[in-house]
Amino acid sequence: MAKKRDGIVLTEEQRRRRRNRSIALAFVLAALALLFYVVTIVKLGSQVMNRPI
Amino acid sequence: MSLAPSLASSRAPRAAELAGFADVGDYVALLKPRVMSLVVFTALVGLARAPGDLHPVLAFTALLCIAVGAGAAGCLNMWWDADIDARMTRTMGRPIPAGRVQPGEALAFGLVLAVASVVMLGLTVSLLAAALLAFTIFFYAVIYTMWLKRRTPQNIVIGGAAGALPPVIAWAAATGSIGVESLVLFLIVFFWTPPHFWALALLRKDEYARAGVPMLPVVAGDDATRTQILIYSLILAPLGTAPALLGFAGLAYGIAAGALGLVFLALALAVWRRRGAAADTACRRLFAFSILYLFLLFAALLVERLVA
Repeated sequence: MAKKRDGIVLTEEQRRRRRNRSIALAFVLAALALLFYVVTIVKLGSQVMNRPI
Repeated sequence: MSLAPSLASSRAPRAAELAGFADVGDYVALLKPRVMSLVVFTALVGLARAPGDLHPVLAFTALLCIAVGAGAAGCLNMWWDADIDARMTRTMGRPIPAGRVQPGEALAFGLVLAVASVVMLGLTVSLLAAALLAFTIFFYAVIYTMWLKRRTPQNIVIGGAAGALPPVIAWAAATGSIGVESLVLFLIVFFWTPPHFWALALLRKDEYARAGVPMLPVVAGDDATRTQILIYSLILAPLGTAPALLGFAGLAYGIAAGALGLVFLALALAVWRRRGAAADTACRRLFAFSILYLFLLFAALLVERLVA
């Protein structure tokens, strides 16, 4: 038997907005990760591989 | 659109329960994208005209940080001014007064973006540029928004410094220093700001008065504002040609800046002379042309650089 849910139940519109925000945030985080990677390569160049094991 | 009736809860929804249901567009609106586009463009020109060879990826990163920092300042401005925005038709649809974003959410959003943009610019490009960006955000959000805007009719004159700094930040990002050239670009935007905003303020005087914002037309009257617009335009028109006169822009820029300055001056003169409905038309023309003026001036600098 399904358990009754307490609290606020989101409408379809609210779910859509939350999903859109989540997708936008995911894109921003992915873009930031890519940017940090590229900037690291640009700034360090071949030195990026030069580190003690 | 109010979301309150659509909540399928048996309890009466509290305001806090409605928080966080803004659309992505509302968060973009908090960044004042139109202001941001001008900031990005003037910063791009600052980067392009600066000597040195900043790697394109780092140049992009610098522009991104400047854009996000400007957006953060705009967001903090909207957070602080939500009460004023709610009283003016031009701004009452903004996310906070419209209730789509809670003030606390906007504050957190603005602070996070401000810190992130400054730290990222400092770590990846230049500490001086990062310090200038931090100062710009502080100047706009605290000095202009919290202190000057509601206290003095010189609010947009002094506050205009924040809007004029992006080319200087970009120059610092490219060179690690503040050159005379970037300071000339700063002065052009600085002296452009008062006639641009006062032309709008003359048209929106009643709204500013209702909101309690002491814009110059509200405090000193229309005639004094028209005279001030003319004075700043008389300074701006020759100042626009300074890059050519000082030798860091070419003849084509000098001719374009001279011609645009004369048109600007003619429109400012029309604002100064006309009264009644004709004065409103003159203000609208000056306001619209002022945006085009700054865009074309900086575009000419950019094109000259690209051609060279």
